[in-house]
Amino acid sequence: MITVDHLTKAYGSFRAVDDVSFVCHRGRVTGFLGPNGAGKTTTMRVMVGLTPPTSGRVTIGGLDYAAIPNPGRHVGVLLDASAQHGGRTGREILTLGALAMGLPSARVDEMLALVGLTDNEAKRRLRNYSLGMKQRLGIAHALLGDPEVLILDEPANGLDPAGIRWMRGLLKSYADRGGTVLLSSHLLNEVELIADEMILIGHGRIVAQGDKKSLLAGAQGAATSLAMSLDNTALATELARRGHLVDPVGEGLRVNAATEVVGRAALDAGVVLTDLRSGGVGLEDLFLELTSATARDGAGAVPPPPPPPSHGVHVPPTPNMPPVDSPVTPPGGHR
Amino acid sequence: MSTTAASPTLDVSGTRPIPFWRLVRVELRKSYDTRAGFWLLFTIGLLVALVEIALLLAVLIQEEPVAVSDFSIVAAFITSILLPVLGILLVTQEWSQRTGMVTFAIEPRRIRVVLSKLVVGILLTLLTTVFVFVLGVVLTLVCEVVQPDLTSWDYDWRFVVAFTIGQSLTMVVGFALAALLLNTPGAIVLFFVYWWGLSLILAAVAGIFPQFIDVIPWINFQVALGPLYEWELDRAEELAQILTSGTLWIGIPLGFGLWRILTAELK
Ligand SMILES: Nc1ncnc2c1ncn2[C@@H]1O[C@H](COP(=O)(O)OP(=O)(O)OP(=O)(O)O)[C@@H](O)[C@H]1O
Ligand SMILES: [Mg+2]
Repeated sequence: MITVDHLTKAYGSFRAVDDVSFVCHRGRVTGFLGPNGAGKTTTMRVMVGLTPPTSGRVTIGGLDYAAIPNPGRHVGVLLDASAQHGGRTGREILTLGALAMGLPSARVDEMLALVGLTDNEAKRRLRNYSLGMKQRLGIAHALLGDPEVLILDEPANGLDPAGIRWMRGLLKSYADRGGTVLLSSHLLNEVELIADEMILIGHGRIVAQGDKKSLLAGAQGAATSLAMSLDNTALATELARRGHLVDPVGEGLRVNAATEVVGRAALDAGVVLTDLRSGGVGLEDLFLELTSATARDGAGAVPPPPPPPSHGVHVPPTPNMPPVDSPVTPPGGHR
Repeated sequence: MSTTAASPTLDVSGTRPIPFWRLVRVELRKSYDTRAGFWLLFTIGLLVALVEIALLLAVLIQEEPVAVSDFSIVAAFITSILLPVLGILLVTQEWSQRTGMVTFAIEPRRIRVVLSKLVVGILLTLLTTVFVFVLGVVLTLVCEVVQPDLTSWDYDWRFVVAFTIGQSLTMVVGFALAALLLNTPGAIVLFFVYWWGLSLILAAVAGIFPQFIDVIPWINFQVALGPLYEWELDRAEELAQILTSGTLWIGIPLGFGLWRILTAELK
């Protein structure tokens, strides 16, 4: 339904989006994942004609966005929930949208009810909205015209856990009814649960795409082990020296390498292992590995900051070891 | 990855494009549904009323002769300052409040949005003009009752036309500069520098080089508008002067401004 074809957007010599191609299918939720500055929002802005592409093309159902008559009736867009006039009330913002799209005003009440904004809240001005309320209003605005396609940039941003669960259900049933959903996020676990397909982007380039199963199948290099030893620090240092990702978890270490590799490292370091298990491959690891790979390749990638010491384990930073201090901090992330 | 896979097409056969009048309705509503917009319109009305009433009091107290058109002439000063600001806000709010992201996603053919804003600017200018004249007539009526001998109903409808055209053109200059800068304070400052400053500079140049004097009406829109306001626009030359200077003063910034809006990235 959405076809992105060799899309490139360059700002001067910097390529924010670099030869990106993918397809979003009808009846499926497609997750668009990548660390900060990867080019997700830029790609989405090009999709709806807000940013002119440098080269390449995006079509929605075979049409350029600008060629869709009354596009709000076909494509629901949420790019930035705070990009609204702070002095307008929530209801007024939806009313303007409904007016432009030629919808009855009853639709405004329906949408307010759907996203759980009370009458009282709808009368407040947007500048007095909380982050989550703005987000709900933005979702309501995207759904206003009952579109077949939804393009949502970080829709879960600012939603409380109940809100996130509600949105998950909403998008899932929307896709089940034949809708096409593209949503971006930098939180993998947020997308993992609803996305049928995932597009992973790092530094403007697609690093992987497919459904969850095929992504994991293709991630042979991303095996993880959980290890505990009498000297975690020494083991971690040795593993890091060999270029493996080491993440202190609880009393032990999580290593992005097969158990055999960890065993050998322990042997060489002369450290006694007390526990060594295969941790399986998580999408999280895959995500970090893939995007960190582009961070290393990419020109101007910043050296990773040292991870904060935790549980007394200090892993010294090495040039080829991306930070693994927090699962949501992407390697090479600048923000 | 395959981008050539047959993908379903969007069935748009049943959807009509947004009619232009509906865009105008939306933009009109957007012009007064915020505090800034509402108070600007309110202020225009209030100041027009205040100066016209001040003129009324001055005339009555000093028992001076007054004509119905005098009221519009004093109001014109206020409106020629505030209507351009109105034109500016119509454009720049989309950028300062970042609503452009939504506006242009709803109607991606940006030129239609811009034109609908221009129509709204002209509609509000017409509304202001009607207010100026109706209030003028009412206040002249008061003078008529108090000092019938000193009150003149000399009225030239052509003056109304000239006034309306002049006010609309001033508003459009503000609109054009706003499109060029896409920034409220910048556009307001530029408007005053442009509208009054350029005029002064041209006059100064003419003072230094007297041979320049004949050229001035061709390039100074303000001067060229003079005959329009006095409705002495009876020579083809004067009309040509409005056209040439108007192209310079409105056409060029509006052209560049439109180009900027049509190609700008919204974020
Ligand atoms: N006008 C511009 N000039 C230069 N660089 C720009 C411009 N606009 C965007 N960029 C750069 O393009 C890159 C991609 O930005 P984009 O907003 O698409 O990232 P993102 O994936 O949405 O990130 P986030 O997860 O933080 O929202 C960033 O490095 C950004 O700094
Ligand atoms: Mg973004």
